[in-house]
Amino acid sequence: MTDLREVETTLDQLRHLFTERAFSGETMVLNMGPQHPSTHGVLRLILELDGETVVRAIPDIGFLHTGVEKNMEAKTYLKALAMTDRLDYLNNIGNNLTYCLAIEKLMEVNVPERAQVLRVLMAELQRIASHLVWLGTHCIDLAALSILLYCFRDRERIMDIFEMVSGQRMMTTYIRPGGVWRDVPAGFEEAVKDFLEYLPAKLDDYERLLTNNPIFKMRAQGVGHISAEDALHWGMTGSSLRGSGVNYDVRRAMPYCGYETYDFDVPLETGGDVYSRYLCRMREFRESLKICRQALDRLPKTKGPVMTADRKVAPPPRSELSTSMESLIHHFKLYTEGFTPPVGEVYAATESPRGELGVRLVSDGTPKPQRVHYRCPSWANLQALTTMSEGCLVADLVAIIGSIDIVLGDVDR
Amino acid sequence: MELQTFAEVAIAAAVKSVILVAVLLTSFAYMTLLERKVMAFLQVRLGPNRVGPGGFFQPVADGLKLFFKEELIPAEADRIMFVLAPAITVIPALIILAVVPFGPPLNVCIPTAIGQPDWKWVCYNVPLAVADLNVGMLYILSVASIAVYGIVLAGWSSANKYATMGGIRSTAQMVSYEIALGLSVVGPTLMVGSLSLREITQWQADHYWLVLTQPIGAIIYFLATLAEVNRAPFDMPEAEQELTAGYHTEYSGMKFALFFMAEYIKMVAVSAVGVTLFFGGYLGPFLDVVPNWMAAILGLLYFFIKTFVLLVVMIWIRGTLPRFRYDQLMRFGWKVMLPLALANVAVTAVAVVLFGGRLG
Repeated sequence: MTDLREVETTLDQLRHLFTERAFSGETMVLNMGPQHPSTHGVLRLILELDGETVVRAIPDIGFLHTGVEKNMEAKTYLKALAMTDRLDYLNNIGNNLTYCLAIEKLMEVNVPERAQVLRVLMAELQRIASHLVWLGTHCIDLAALSILLYCFRDRERIMDIFEMVSGQRMMTTYIRPGGVWRDVPAGFEEAVKDFLEYLPAKLDDYERLLTNNPIFKMRAQGVGHISAEDALHWGMTGSSLRGSGVNYDVRRAMPYCGYETYDFDVPLETGGDVYSRYLCRMREFRESLKICRQALDRLPKTKGPVMTADRKVAPPPRSELSTSMESLIHHFKLYTEGFTPPVGEVYAATESPRGELGVRLVSDGTPKPQRVHYRCPSWANLQALTTMSEGCLVADLVAIIGSIDIVLGDVDR
Repeated sequence: MELQTFAEVAIAAAVKSVILVAVLLTSFAYMTLLERKVMAFLQVRLGPNRVGPGGFFQPVADGLKLFFKEELIPAEADRIMFVLAPAITVIPALIILAVVPFGPPLNVCIPTAIGQPDWKWVCYNVPLAVADLNVGMLYILSVASIAVYGIVLAGWSSANKYATMGGIRSTAQMVSYEIALGLSVVGPTLMVGSLSLREITQWQADHYWLVLTQPIGAIIYFLATLAEVNRAPFDMPEAEQELTAGYHTEYSGMKFALFFMAEYIKMVAVSAVGVTLFFGGYLGPFLDVVPNWMAAILGLLYFFIKTFVLLVVMIWIRGTLPRFRYDQLMRFGWKVMLPLALANVAVTAVAVVLFGGRLG
């Protein structure tokens, strides 16, 4: 038996979430999720509906809370790296990369040129893979069923490339502090080249199915509008912000891994609606392909190590252990204690497929981080849902969630 | 000879009904397989292929599974309505096709007075339709619209917000599209001058397929039936991505299967009616030159092929198009389909008055 008083207090606590009309029974409160086909995981939305019109939509998060950030504090820096893969499960490389950038910033490590090129290449492939999942799930939210399967077919090829490189399809942990895990195997360049030639034609197909499809346009144009100011106030980033006409891309604003040397455009749309965000992301596919091509061209020119020579971060090659006393000590220290960054606090950011992914890293001079905080784009973008969905229909709500491309692993951590 | 006495007509109708229902239930089962296979083909995957050769027995396995599932009735549900709703949905779907002729009349010979010296073969000329109603088209429209009650009641009696929303959506949608549907069949009716599907087919045998002079009617009929049977892109009432499963959210086991059955049988039924109205029904080449029994088989075959094509088009549309939004769907129905259908009726009526019999 539930205590009646308990129910009443809970109701009182929730009162501010709804309008008075909900209490007089004029509007309906509907609990959408956490088990619902189109909330992209375990997002719970508390909807107040007037007929089919959304009066208010409140995202309730925390159903996928994993405690990764807290867990990282109990691990050495290198071991904590493996946990970052598990945050945003569509941007594993990006999570690794941001964390490693923070460590490198703190320890002032120089990353070899070849590792930088590999990082860019892998990050952009990851962006394409993530956008493919976005496109597929966005379309299935609008009941264009087949595109999901096409997108996953294409993503499979990227997954194969990742597997080839790291032995893992998703949780690659490929990017390490100081560089990348290993150099790419033989056949890698051909596989990437094949994929880069394969995808543009497929993208044309998807655009033919969607971009000018009258039903799709009816569903997307003018829906989920958010102005540039509102978007900025809510801290939205990525394509969701660029769809509102704000030119902010971390790759341009705070270049990392040498992005400033690559030639690419930042797609901008001014509509601020689902359609604009869609157009932005579709063009980002092409820009990522462009960056991938450039990175692939640089790869043969940058022969050399893929890991920093700084022995305080990266272990020495095994061949040195029997000849060099110092190497042996470094090896022993790194594998028993881990590396120790100086006391300090840094912020490093990358452009994830969803927006600005930042890491705030606090070190107290021990081998374990004192605090790792992820600034996750999905979390910030999701906040704006209430603003975007005001006055829309239930069907639009689904389209809006799809258009901001949230990943619940990124929202709850 | 023709069927004359009540007993003769009744026995023939009973036999034909049993065959029709059996065929429809089988076609339901294999429609699900067809849909999954065609969708799989469109989506670069294999589709069901574990049960039997090429997944041929998948519908049997699905049926068995649903048969043994627990039947849940929500505590808050209106039990009587909840149980009744699937039946209200599925029965009209099963009887829609009663007035549709599937082939040319067949001569059936049965021996009479068996065992006596003067026994002989008596041959009846049996029309291949359960009933040749002179208001056949009206019958189809009225029966088809009963099914909406089942869906509304299912949505309402489930005591589930999603289901209620699905039920409300379907009422609005079906009522609006019924009008366009009704008007789209007025064109052919005016040209033929009869509501009987047998006569409509006969007219097309004498003249040409009605789709040639009624293309707009045919298109409106096709779109309106998509909405009528809740198929994509008009599958609002069960919009999975929005309403989880719409009106049948709370249904499980065989009761769920009945809704499923109704949807697929209605798909078959409206396709069959559309074929009869606009694409000459069972008509095709060689019907006149072959013997009677072969003509019946050929007629059935033509009918089957035409219906099959329409069904595949329906599935193809589902695999390609996104879904309309509820208000857009209503706008499309009232502001596009209805005026077009009305204009089509008006133009047809004027043409029939002006040119009279020369239209044929």
